[in-house]
Amino acid sequence: MSKEIRAREPMPRQSAEERRGNFDEVALGYSKEQAVREAQRCLQCKKKPCVSGCPVEIDIPEFIRLIAEEKFEEAAKEIKKTNALPAICGRVCPQEEQCEQVCVLAKRGQPIAIGRLERFVADWEATHSANAGLCDVTTSPPPKAKLGRVAVVGSGPAGLTAAGELSCLGHEVTVFEALHDPGGVLAYGIPEFRLPRTILHREIEYVKSLGVKIETNAIIGKLYTLQELLSNGYDAIFIGTGAGLPVFMNIPGENLNGIYSANEFLTRVNLMKAYKYPEYPTPVRVGRKVAVVGAGNVAMDAARCSLRLGADEVSIVYRRSRNEMPAREEEIENAEEEGVKFHLLTAPIRFIGDDQGFVNAMECIRMELGEPDDSGRRRPVPMAGSEFIMEVDTVVVAIGQSPNPVVRQSEPGLATTKWGGIIVDEETGATSIPGVYAGGDAVTGAATVITAMGAGRRAAHAIDKYIREKHGASSAASPDGEECLLQR
Amino acid sequence: MYEVVSKKRLADSVTLLEIQCPAIAAKAKAGQFVIVRQKENSERIPLTLSDWDAESGTITLIFQHAGRSTHELALVEEGETIRDVVGPLGRPTEIEKYGTVVCVGGGIGLAVLRPIARAMKEAGNTVISIIGARDKSLLILKDEMHSASSELHVTTDNGSYGRHGLVSDVLDELIGEGRAIDLVVAIGPVPMMRGISDKTRPHGLKTVVSLDSIMIDGTGMCGGCRVTIGGETKFTCVDGPDFDGHMVDWDELVTRKKMYSEHEKECMALFRAECGGGAGGDE
Ligand SMILES: Cc1cc2nc3c(=O)[nH]c(=O)nc-3n(C[C@H](O)[C@H](O)[C@H](O)COP(=O)(O)OP(=O)(O)OC[C@H]3O[C@@H](n4cnc5c(N)ncnc54)[C@H](O)[C@@H]3O)c2cc1C
Ligand SMILES: Cc1cc2nc3c(=O)[nH]c(=O)nc-3n(C[C@H](O)[C@H](O)[C@H](O)COP(=O)(O)OP(=O)(O)OC[C@H]3O[C@@H](n4cnc5c(N)ncnc54)[C@H](O)[C@@H]3O)c2cc1C
Ligand code: SF4
Ligand code: SF4
Ligand code: FES
Repeated sequence: MSKEIRAREPMPRQSAEERRGNFDEVALGYSKEQAVREAQRCLQCKKKPCVSGCPVEIDIPEFIRLIAEEKFEEAAKEIKKTNALPAICGRVCPQEEQCEQVCVLAKRGQPIAIGRLERFVADWEATHSANAGLCDVTTSPPPKAKLGRVAVVGSGPAGLTAAGELSCLGHEVTVFEALHDPGGVLAYGIPEFRLPRTILHREIEYVKSLGVKIETNAIIGKLYTLQELLSNGYDAIFIGTGAGLPVFMNIPGENLNGIYSANEFLTRVNLMKAYKYPEYPTPVRVGRKVAVVGAGNVAMDAARCSLRLGADEVSIVYRRSRNEMPAREEEIENAEEEGVKFHLLTAPIRFIGDDQGFVNAMECIRMELGEPDDSGRRRPVPMAGSEFIMEVDTVVVAIGQSPNPVVRQSEPGLATTKWGGIIVDEETGATSIPGVYAGGDAVTGAATVITAMGAGRRAAHAIDKYIREKHGASSAASPDGEECLLQR
Repeated sequence: MYEVVSKKRLADSVTLLEIQCPAIAAKAKAGQFVIVRQKENSERIPLTLSDWDAESGTITLIFQHAGRSTHELALVEEGETIRDVVGPLGRPTEIEKYGTVVCVGGGIGLAVLRPIARAMKEAGNTVISIIGARDKSLLILKDEMHSASSELHVTTDNGSYGRHGLVSDVLDELIGEGRAIDLVVAIGPVPMMRGISDKTRPHGLKTVVSLDSIMIDGTGMCGGCRVTIGGETKFTCVDGPDFDGHMVDWDELVTRKKMYSEHEKECMALFRAECGGGAGGDE
């Protein structure tokens, strides 16, 4: 059974030395030969256990089989039946906790590199296929009369997925985005070296090619309220406004200059391209010694950006231990290789500034792990008398985000939880207002790209059903959702 | 893309742009602002909605040429377009019938004060406005403030127009005369807003100020615009920009506004090198 024993194909990457000096993509992607070799390891399991690990239910063995047969374009089409953003998911999905975790090979060796193969196919299609990854608009049938009109609020993965799906289901869809570029966290948060913007733009163009209109600079709740959208001809609304509200620690000195929320730091660097300052005039201050508080993906991104922006020393400061760090293992390893230091079981308790109001030190306390808390992780407990001072000149607070408040503040009828998450029916995404659905981080709090996409997809089908019932059309006329993205 | 339909130079280094933005014009309220990104590689900068016309679908922005972004914006000509305009952002000023409202404005702050004074008057208040500038050449919106007010006082720091002195001198007099005042709205440079707030505090006169912290998104997403109000952190873009002047941590605001002074100087030097002074008239 040599097939099972063979190790997975390694991913070519820029060397740590090289990459900490640039914003180019770190992982370079499989070659055709590597992809085919990796695809050949797949056992083509009859029961397809891997599919249950994918929130958008890609037919994983099928697309892998097509790769093994070198039918790359068909493989891409297979994926796009349920996932409009494969080049993105192939790069940023936490595959090790999803599809790859349930791959049968995970128990017997190394799981199939599903994400890497997905990425390979999407990139291959973009560079080789005749229509460069876009649907062939010229040969598609003339648009039929639309079934309904849907407004999608927010253009992150949840909104884009819901929009693409609804458009395929025959609805006229407009996405309203508050920022000047679409993509949500994919545009403002995740750095270029993990997700090149050309790839993001390509996948957004694909969603547009499905018939979706995107209106940027449109902040819902201010420019139009939900009620106004509903009374101005929209049959339904999907809210995918994300979890963009930064959480601070509320400790003394947190508003000193040089202390950023991760959102601000990453928005300056990624959306506003501060890494190209002064060609792009939005600045960011990165000093010699940077401390990033927190240990999730967001923290790793901020730490790795800081290195690339020229900091001498970048530390992750985290109050629990390595085992509890929420970031993807791969990102932790990348950060470590690049030279990020880890101060674990350590928590800041106050910031100290110079006479100009810039942070120059951070007082921390050591922690030990006590009993498990609500999250099931052992609770960090401060050790009395262990306070010490750490010299820093830039701090990035990356301890979490909560749901964006603008829509909910403008709509008292929208039921939300104590912490601001929109309350929905899990199956359908329906909110407390008829015709208004929600999904993604706005509902769950900060989660993942693929869970947001799964929620967008489920809500799209519920919205389709809602509109058909509202208009008295038979739902049998609905094209099969599974085939949706391919249908046109 | 948003078209500039008219452009005026209001004073040395102050430009007015009227921009086609029908959706924002239909929604604007006094005290709100927009964020403008002129072209692909520009900064996002917050500017107050100084006026708007729902019928013609235009909004009016009035801005001081402060650094690179505002100098560049001042180079946009009629008929040209601005890439991004998002709004209306921020909470509108709380307009009610208070009785007598004193509106104090200095310098470019008048661009922000004008719609508020007008709305206060329309709501049935007696509006006493005190406006000022360093020099006559810098005084803007005098006629507009006149029609938005029941009573107008004008000061210049150097006596080149109106009364010689500061806006706060006039406020002192009004208070000294025992005029009944129900609300003070003070908008201008930080030292002026702070000075006015310090004056009104002992008299228990409620004072509203409009803060101009550094912003990026303007949607509550970055926290860069945070200010401390009565010991609590607030985001200027979504919780403000209006706040109770007696509660503001002014020292912190002043410090935070200086976060990028070196970068600002560098950008301005580059701008001058590229454009040979460009919009000009800024000193
Ligand atoms: C730095 C960082 C790194 C991450 N890394 C990973 C990773 O490697 N893998 C992974 O799976 N997940 C990662 N995540 C999490 C993931 O990005 C999110 O879970 C996902 O983007 C959520 O998608 P969403 O569509 O719900 O919301 P978002 O992506 O947050 O998009 C919401 C959009 O709505 C817009 N919006 C908000 N309010 C309004 C309004 N009133 N009107 C109009 N528009 C509005 C916002 O501007 C935004 O564009 C990361 C997150 C961050 C911040
Ligand atoms: C809610 C709000 C409304 C505003 N409305 C107006 C308006 O109607 N008209 C107007 O002229 N200006 C207004 N401002 C200020 C305006 O945004 C800044 O002048 C502008 O961002 C400066 O950009 P710059 O690149 O030209 O200058 P920079 O080079 O960035 O800075 C030049 C000078 O301006 C100061 N500055 C920098 N950023 C800001 C800022 N965000 N706010 C205030 N000062 C700043 C700097 O300390 C420096 O001294 C407003 C600001 C806010 C937050
Ligand atoms: S989308 Fe994500 S979870 Fe689904 S198969 Fe691809 S990598 Fe796995
Ligand atoms: S579980 Fe693994 S080996 Fe089996 S079909 Fe899925 S990817 Fe292939
Ligand atoms: S400008 Fe980003 S939160 Fe206010």
